[in-house]
Amino acid sequence: MIKLEHVARTFKVGGELVHGLDDVSLDIKAGDYISIMGPSGSGKSTLLNAIGLLDKLDEGRYLLDGSDVTELSELEQARVRREKIGFVFQTFHLIPRLTAAENVALPLTLAGVDHDEREQRVNEALESLSLSNRGHHRPDQLSGGQRQRVAIARAVVTKPVVLLADEPTGNLDHASGIEVINILEDLNQRGITLLLVTHDIELGERAHRIIHMMDGKVLS
Amino acid sequence: MHINDAIQFAFHALQGYRSRTYLMLLAMAIGVASVVLLTSLGEGARLYVTQQFSSLGTNLLIVLPGRSETTGGMPPVMGETPRDLTLQDVQALQRSRYVKQLAPIVVGAAPVSYQQLEREVMIMGSTASLFSVRQLILSRGQFLPEQEITRAAPVCVLGYTLNKELFGSLSSLGKWVRVSEYRCRVIGVLEEEGVSLGMDMGEVLIMPAASAQALFNINSVFRVLVETRSQDEMEKARQDVIEIISARHDGEDDITVLSQDALLSTFDRILTALTYSLGGIAAISLLVAGIMIMNVMLVAAAQRTAEIGLLKALGAPRKQIIILFLTESACLSLLGAMLGLIFGLVGNWVLQGYFPDFPFQAPDWALWAAVGVALSTGIIFGLLPARHAANLDPVLALSGR
Ligand SMILES: Nc1ncnc2c1ncn2[C@@H]1O[C@H](COP(=O)(O)OP(=O)(O)OP(=O)(O)O)[C@@H](O)[C@H]1O
Ligand SMILES: [Mg+2]
Repeated sequence: MIKLEHVARTFKVGGELVHGLDDVSLDIKAGDYISIMGPSGSGKSTLLNAIGLLDKLDEGRYLLDGSDVTELSELEQARVRREKIGFVFQTFHLIPRLTAAENVALPLTLAGVDHDEREQRVNEALESLSLSNRGHHRPDQLSGGQRQRVAIARAVVTKPVVLLADEPTGNLDHASGIEVINILEDLNQRGITLLLVTHDIELGERAHRIIHMMDGKVLS
Repeated sequence: MHINDAIQFAFHALQGYRSRTYLMLLAMAIGVASVVLLTSLGEGARLYVTQQFSSLGTNLLIVLPGRSETTGGMPPVMGETPRDLTLQDVQALQRSRYVKQLAPIVVGAAPVSYQQLEREVMIMGSTASLFSVRQLILSRGQFLPEQEITRAAPVCVLGYTLNKELFGSLSSLGKWVRVSEYRCRVIGVLEEEGVSLGMDMGEVLIMPAASAQALFNINSVFRVLVETRSQDEMEKARQDVIEIISARHDGEDDITVLSQDALLSTFDRILTALTYSLGGIAAISLLVAGIMIMNVMLVAAAQRTAEIGLLKALGAPRKQIIILFLTESACLSLLGAMLGLIFGLVGNWVLQGYFPDFPFQAPDWALWAAVGVALSTGIIFGLLPARHAANLDPVLALSGR
């Protein structure tokens, strides 16, 4: 479902070229559960951002669901992100002034979904993450684990095909981390393709497939 | 995204940065309020002057000696000495069929005394018709007697204040006052009345025109107030007045005839221009408020970088981010404008309480213009920050780099 062909992304830092991604080719099937591991600066986030269409590629081709998304316009790329991709971040990125329910509703609001349908889907998402009674709370009234669950609810409320999680447990204690991984695995069981970046070997090894990275290259 | 969702999002954001929002609202409100107040001042001055003129009486022509090149302008200061207007000229004018009534005016200053009290007073020589031409009101007695224009009589009518000063609470009717070396009997006292066209009718002593001419030893009149029969005949009356006088002055067209309308429209033009320029000056403060909004929105874009990155990750295209930010600055400026309107109207109301005679009233166009300018500055100055936000790289924005 996700196919990268000889993809490269290069950054200029000062006068030097840094390879964020260096001739990466990947083939990921729908429903896969993949963890991406490697040392800091090896290009894990760059890979995820490329797959999430947040970053552009300098070389190579990217096929998503069989169609080439490499050369899409800004507007069309935004549409692909909106419809097919869900992001989960290490720092949650919840909007502090909005309630949990409003945060979860945000992608639907941006997409222009009607109020009634929005409410129904937000409630479903909150319920599936055992957050039903937290909808009216603001992020600062929630624990770290709860915040990440709200963020996951926001990522899946649009029913994306792929979930990109960049160190989702990085800011959590061990128990909350395990809980979040369990939730993500549960979502994967129900069909979503899951790409998980982690430093935690124990968590990473739970994936169906592990991608090791080094200096912008995929090792295995 | 629905527009009401965008507005709600904007309001959440504005609430999230409260003190900054209040400051912005205040800046915008002060701008709009100053437009409202300053244009009210200009418009009030216009209405005030218009009112003053209409208290002068309608269908009025003012005839003065001396030719002015441009109609409606001031009489010439220099040049050939014009021929004087005399009481005989006035009598001739009275025979015009367009003239309903007229009042010659002779003015000068002279000491007026009663017993030990003496005052230097403005003397106005005229006729009985002055009473209705100037729409005067008597508090006691009667006005000048109906008689030939050229006839003198030892009678006078006192202004309200003058009467008070000379007689205090005593009755003045029938008393003889001394005017320079003449004497005249008080036959009436004017009602208390404000300043009308720069002449304080409270301080004046009115006597027959011929008596005043004798007093000042002159043959001329200062000017003649002519009331025409109807508004439509003003122009014909004007022509007629000019013809009659020039026939009497050896064919010389040596008078100036001002109509009240011409004066009024001159003042109207001047004061309308004043109102516009006051509005324009106040609009500068709106511009300043707009620049402040731009600054604040730029800071907002910088503070909310991560949020903008998130919106992009959630699938918001550039266009949508621009719309969200513009909605925010538009809400800010519109709300500020509303607040400013309230400030301005309350300000008007308070000022009206202090100055009841002066009509404080913002012209309608100023209200619309103030809100319109506020809104458009909000949007125009919001555009740069909005574009700035929309152009942020989502990867950098999200990573906080
Ligand atoms: N916007 C950028 N500008 C310059 N260099 C960048 C940029 N983004 C990434 N890089 C560089 O690309 C390389 C890969 O970065 P990336 O963030 O993908 O690493 P990572 O594997 O996610 O590391 P970490 O585990 O620390 O998150 C690094 O050397 C980084 O410095
Ligand atoms: Mg990273």
